[in-house]
Amino acid sequence: MRDRPVIYGGLAVFLAVITLPFWRGIESGVTTKGPELARPATARQCVASTEFMKSSHMLLLMEMRDQAVRSGDPWYVGAGHGTYTISLTGTCLEQCHGSKTEFCDRCHDYAGVAPGCWSCHLDAGHSTGSLTAMRSSR
Amino acid sequence: MKRAVYSILTVAGIAVLAGAAARDAAVLRWLAVVVPYAAFATFVLGMSWRVTVWSLSPAPFRIPTVCGQQKALSWIKPDRLESPPDTLAVVGRMALEVLLFRSLFRNTRMTLREGPRLVFGENKFLWLGAMAFHWSLLVILVRHLRLFLEPLPAIVLAAEKLDGFFEVGTPVFYVTDAVVVVGLLYLFQRRLRDPLVRYISLFTDYFALALLAGIAFSGIWMRYFGRVDITGIKEFALGLATFRPVALPAPSDSFFVHLILVSTLAAYFPFSKLVHMGGVFLSPTRNLANNNRARRHVNPWNYPVRVHTYEEWETEFRDKLEAAGLPLERK
Repeated sequence: MRDRPVIYGGLAVFLAVITLPFWRGIESGVTTKGPELARPATARQCVASTEFMKSSHMLLLMEMRDQAVRSGDPWYVGAGHGTYTISLTGTCLEQCHGSKTEFCDRCHDYAGVAPGCWSCHLDAGHSTGSLTAMRSSR
Repeated sequence: MKRAVYSILTVAGIAVLAGAAARDAAVLRWLAVVVPYAAFATFVLGMSWRVTVWSLSPAPFRIPTVCGQQKALSWIKPDRLESPPDTLAVVGRMALEVLLFRSLFRNTRMTLREGPRLVFGENKFLWLGAMAFHWSLLVILVRHLRLFLEPLPAIVLAAEKLDGFFEVGTPVFYVTDAVVVVGLLYLFQRRLRDPLVRYISLFTDYFALALLAGIAFSGIWMRYFGRVDITGIKEFALGLATFRPVALPAPSDSFFVHLILVSTLAAYFPFSKLVHMGGVFLSPTRNLANNNRARRHVNPWNYPVRVHTYEEWETEFRDKLEAAGLPLERK
């Protein structure tokens, strides 16, 4: 009898928590427009279809890594029969997609993922100088 | 055994129906919006209804089931958590039950050995399986908020980082994905293995586990094998959350199956044994202080009862009692 305020209070807290996406969405004015990606300036053809890259680019990158690092074969034949040098910074970013922050991070931040690629690889848009320096030093 | 098979077949049937519906673009567009809303509304209203009905049940007296020394004289050591004398101790006892499943920790197994000799032993596996399943489910739920919130709160990112601690593969392997499946498989086979538990297991017991396993498997399939467009799914989820639904990203068969199974769970939840999520807080044998002897609890709806006291009875039959020579209270 005297516990009813506690029970209804608990129920209210529970309802507030499970409806979080609704009121947070309205509060922050979120839209269904996804992340804006910087489009490649010149290239019109990726190594695979957009649909495939959207869902499975990470698997392709892993496959490329294994091919280049473990089999020592640095050439990748893409969907449009073009041949590419396997290099995340040198090819994917520098030749087409620009910087990590304006391409990779847009979707990764949106989906809340933080892939470990960048603990080794360099961001072309921001560290081209150091990349060039690294290359010339070899 | 039959009931276990039926439960798996029912879940598989729902998944197959969802997969078949996803073949038709128009049906898919419509169902992907209507079903989640209807299921969520059912969940919210159903849970509120259940809790409200429970709250209306009278609880005039303290009826806790205790297993420790009650607070009594100052020189007897009370067991505050097992026999809570006040609200603070009740909160502690409830926290142990809700967060650590203390009552399952006390689970025992009875076996008949040669002799014949009846032996009671500890059996912590039910507790371990329940902990593995429930805590994984919580982490998975928190992780899923990444699809419903923008910008993302730190707790969601932290849960994800912790879950992907081992940094195995891309997309990174989540520990809870494995733990939740192991937990569910254990809980399912536990009902089948022991003939006594099997005898008391109903269709709903298996169905809840099979449905949760179906959800886990479809989620694991999408993440590690089937591959889906995650930004497209987030746009769809935010569309639902802001009441401006957008179309599902294509191809969406596996996501739609996942969505329908989750909707089934949400709609089924308030009417099944799964309401123990709310019920655990409202069990009077656990959430009441054991203070029956320290404090007087008067039934609040006690009404004045018409009684016929001995004095009145004696007055009424005084002459007869006197004639029979019986002793009287009032001379």
